[in-house]
Amino acid sequence: MPIANPWGDLDALRQEIDRTFRTFWSDRGSQHWRVAFLPGHGARQYPLVNLSEDEGNLYVEALAPGVDPKSLDLSVLQGTLTIKGEKSGLAQVTADAYHRNERAAGRFTRTIELPVQVDAGKVQADYRNGLLLVTISKSEAAKPKQIQVNVAG
Amino acid sequence: MAEKTVASVQAETAARREETRAQERYITPPVDIFETKDGLTVIADLPGVEQHALDVRVVDGVLTLHGKTNHIAPGTPIAQEYELLNFYRQFELPEAVDADRISAQLKHGILSLHLPKKEKAMPRQIEVQVS
Repeated sequence: MPIANPWGDLDALRQEIDRTFRTFWSDRGSQHWRVAFLPGHGARQYPLVNLSEDEGNLYVEALAPGVDPKSLDLSVLQGTLTIKGEKSGLAQVTADAYHRNERAAGRFTRTIELPVQVDAGKVQADYRNGLLLVTISKSEAAKPKQIQVNVAG
Repeated sequence: MAEKTVASVQAETAARREETRAQERYITPPVDIFETKDGLTVIADLPGVEQHALDVRVVDGVLTLHGKTNHIAPGTPIAQEYELLNFYRQFELPEAVDADRISAQLKHGILSLHLPKKEKAMPRQIEVQVS
């Protein structure tokens, strides 16, 4: 039964404000892409992920263009999902040949805490057009249960 | 290669601000541009763009990259770190680029464009005849 979410509009507004600030501070947003691979950058977040859910599954969508699918390594452990991989750089381009160099490359590891209990045995991952979609099945305990009402008499 | 992402619409034909609001939010894709022996190579990160939704064109010496993302994540969102908007970026091409022979390739969300130089801009070895 769908219920209208009164906080939906408010949430949309909050996200819009967040976005405005993010783009203001990070200068057009695209700077993130480079910073993400700097060595020793403690707060790096690569790849960026969106998390969504439905009744039976949890979906993690990661923004990872140019990653060789063979280099991707995913693991689910104790309520966390770890994504490892490598975005390959350009070989044989000398520094003085560049007009612009805004993209970055390198190895990455990111661990995401999952908000619900999941079944580690039922994980599926698809890589398409630079987006990684991981579908994780929720554990039976985390799924909503339909309860039958018995009518007496 | 000079960047040229500018509004190219005329005031009288332009739609009102409210009408274009959804369309005017674009991501500027990060690009690498470097020279090779026979031309320029442009590489752009365009995650979530399908081949048929990507529009690469050269008009009046301006290269336009326009990628539409049409991806709706399943389920209801819990946390969002990024928003998949459409991609848009323009570059002014140097005159030496041969616009007719530009080739493009899209793989794993990465667009690779090869812009060959015009024949006359290529260095030409002239053989000296000895008579």
